[in-house]
Amino acid sequence: MCRIGAIKSKEYFHPSAALHLMLPQQEGHDNSGFAMVMQDLAGVFSKYKDKPLLSLACTQKGAKLVEDYMEANDFQQLAEWIPRGVKNVKLDIKAMPYYIFRNYEYPEYYREATEEAKGELLLDTRLALRELLEKDEQGYVYSFWPDVLTLKEIGDPWDIATYFKLWDNNGDLMAKNVVVQCRQNTNYDIVRYAAHPFFLQGYTLCANGENTFYTKNKEYQKSLHRGYIGFESDSQNFLYTLHYVLQELKWPIKYYKHVITPLPFNEITQRSDSAELRAIRQSLGSLEINGPNTVIAMLPNGNIMTCCDSKKLRPVVVGGDDTMVAIASEVCGLNAILPNRNQELDVYPNEREVVIINQALEVERWKQ
Amino acid sequence: METVKTQDVTVNDLPWKIEYKPDRCTMCGSCVAACTFQAIQPAVERRSVTVSTGHRPEPSQKHSAVLTIKQRNSIEYACTGCGMCEKTCPNQAIKPVRNPDSRFNLLARKGGSTIKRGGRTSLNSGRTLDNIIVGRISQMTDPALDSERHTFDILAPFGRVLMPHELPLSATNGTLNLTAKLPPVNWIYPVIFSDMSIGALSTRAWEAVALATAYLNEKHNMPVRMSSGEGGMPVKLLESEQLKYMILQIASGHFGWNRIVKAIPKMKVDPAGILIKIGQGAKPGDGGLLPAAKVANHVQAIRGVPKADLMSPPNHQGLYSIEESVQKMFLSMNAAFKFRVPVAIKCAASATSVSVYNNLLRDPYRICGGFFIDGIQGGTGAANEISLDHTGHPVVSKTRECYLSAVKQGRQGQIPLWAGGGMGLTGNAAADAFKVICLGANGVFLGKILIQLLGCIGNEHGRCNSCNTGKCPAGICTQNPRLVERLDIDKGAQNIVDYMLALDSELRKLMAPIGNSSLPVGRSDALVTTDRAVAEKLAIQYVC
Repeated sequence: MCRIGAIKSKEYFHPSAALHLMLPQQEGHDNSGFAMVMQDLAGVFSKYKDKPLLSLACTQKGAKLVEDYMEANDFQQLAEWIPRGVKNVKLDIKAMPYYIFRNYEYPEYYREATEEAKGELLLDTRLALRELLEKDEQGYVYSFWPDVLTLKEIGDPWDIATYFKLWDNNGDLMAKNVVVQCRQNTNYDIVRYAAHPFFLQGYTLCANGENTFYTKNKEYQKSLHRGYIGFESDSQNFLYTLHYVLQELKWPIKYYKHVITPLPFNEITQRSDSAELRAIRQSLGSLEINGPNTVIAMLPNGNIMTCCDSKKLRPVVVGGDDTMVAIASEVCGLNAILPNRNQELDVYPNEREVVIINQALEVERWKQ
Repeated sequence: METVKTQDVTVNDLPWKIEYKPDRCTMCGSCVAACTFQAIQPAVERRSVTVSTGHRPEPSQKHSAVLTIKQRNSIEYACTGCGMCEKTCPNQAIKPVRNPDSRFNLLARKGGSTIKRGGRTSLNSGRTLDNIIVGRISQMTDPALDSERHTFDILAPFGRVLMPHELPLSATNGTLNLTAKLPPVNWIYPVIFSDMSIGALSTRAWEAVALATAYLNEKHNMPVRMSSGEGGMPVKLLESEQLKYMILQIASGHFGWNRIVKAIPKMKVDPAGILIKIGQGAKPGDGGLLPAAKVANHVQAIRGVPKADLMSPPNHQGLYSIEESVQKMFLSMNAAFKFRVPVAIKCAASATSVSVYNNLLRDPYRICGGFFIDGIQGGTGAANEISLDHTGHPVVSKTRECYLSAVKQGRQGQIPLWAGGGMGLTGNAAADAFKVICLGANGVFLGKILIQLLGCIGNEHGRCNSCNTGKCPAGICTQNPRLVERLDIDKGAQNIVDYMLALDSELRKLMAPIGNSSLPVGRSDALVTTDRAVAEKLAIQYVC
């Protein structure tokens, strides 16, 4: 079982907090990688919060390919954070030669474009870069979105953090929201793209568990949107469905849970909104998930959500204080970073519940 | 000694020979009375015995006339192997034995007539489904469920499902509301009792199936639906609450629809659906056939026809394409029930099934509520044997192809796929249903197995299959009042109910180990096969 976590804070915090949240929870294969998505950044990128930020890992040749592509497509480089990796052979990390975390100015003809048009451009650019790098295995592009940074690597999380100097708080890299996970693929090949969290157009998601409707979900999602690709992990299904329900169908967030774990028919019948729920269940049946899992998602507006499968076979807990709220698979993670919180207020969501931490750090919870 | 007449029919030319043990026989006559085919008859035989009783051989010949049971040397009265003689004999003195030297097929086309029979194909008994195993078992991180305690959602859609973006939903204050009517969809048990008409079946057999359907719904909360078959329904049922369990069938002969249309204003509830039958897997392209022998008075009344061979044409008159079928039949059927009742279509599986399915999927009216694919192993009450054995198409790969074609277009689930024709052929319908569901079907339909549960003894090895003759020894496929009495309706219905309850538990026994609480439609990853060709064709994992 992989452990997942997220932190949302009123004040900017350093990514080491995410490591402190995760490390007490680690067991077995959990120490096989580190991956996080940071949103609402401070530090190096604070001046360019509205400009897209590219996160990728590549070879030297890959870096050149990316530079050429971005130049040819009229993206102009703004700020950059270059992690000078700690060269120490004893560190357990499969480092890539280059890591690029770079802000760009939008192409001139897109500067006045709508947010939607910009979002499409950023997705198309990321997909194009991915294809470019994939061809000769020259690298991996994780996200390209304003105010969002993704860092992923294979190895021991502690050593990865040492390599990227994430233990040293020099103020370069700060955020108000982080979603984090410390395990490489357990069941199949270890591929960087298979490591959670996944990102698509402002939506970030990581999941703990398995989705046994992977094949069914994948077969449906493939034709729904050009951004639904890869499928290196069955957890990508959760992200694509989240994106589809919120971004494409533009449905209120409460319907996400109704899509992935619909109520049994006999419960639907007893509800006042049974006609709508039945319509959703029958039209989106191919997006239903199954198997034990817990999802943590971060939305474009910075809200962080968690929910579980309908049998509640994977744990998750939410807790915090006035300035910081965190979600973790196990309570020991919360105890590590929020030891003084009121534990009696911790929330253990049930199988029909959705919990959202909003911008004011209020914890909203409702039953499906 | 008589001259050997080589062209005479002898018992050894027939498919079944009667094995008779005169020493056990009491001449009670039960077997002769039970044989609906008059294949055996009492006879008197001349016997001679040579006897010598003294100290020295003094042979003397004694002649006697002995009563016996004799098989008739006749194609017309050939034994069908039904075994009713054996069943009724108190002394185990008689039974039919399969004759491997039968010349029946060479002799049975008297007067240029084709061989007709009922049952299933005898030549195409290969079973793809038996080469497939549910091989993706949850063992560690994804735990298997408890089939006894867990709640399972075992339901399938009957009706047209819209794509998510087509749903007329609008959001106000964070809540979605439907702003227009959706095409009707009924969520029903994933096993439909397939279309067998009153006419093909005796009224008692039909009633037993209908009784089982109602019982399963009302006592066991299993929303099983039954298709009427082409031939109408009793008016009483049309005007009853139980109509909601019935799917009304319309086929090319339109038999029975006069009564149905007249009953519409008096219907208390809507039927569960309408099924337009285009073709039947057992005899694709051959139309329906109800021999005059089975057109009894009540059948004439229900169908509004005289006593004659009733032949449904092989196609719907006036239809020259699927488009026209969509426009005319679907619209009129939908309109008849004011668009409240889903209308589906049943076709024989064919090399062209995918084209038909695509055509329906792309139909802009979006009113086809189900695609029923009927495979070659389906049964029939009457067909030309040449159609039964030599035409048709297996249902498994065709269902899979239709599903994958829909997947390619992102339209899976829009027109539910129902597969039939050989489901439960080996007796385990739950396993068959589960496997085709994993391959993409939403549910299955069963026909032959139901009458087997009522007592039909026909099989794929040439036993009985005389459904077309009106002489059904089990009282199922006949309208002869004396034979019909042989069927105990309550017992028959009870058998079907018991089987379905077991099937429901067996489905759970398959859903639990793969960790699914709802039907695994399209979960092909749950299946593996030991046959490379099957793996390749169905896109499932090969294992050895």
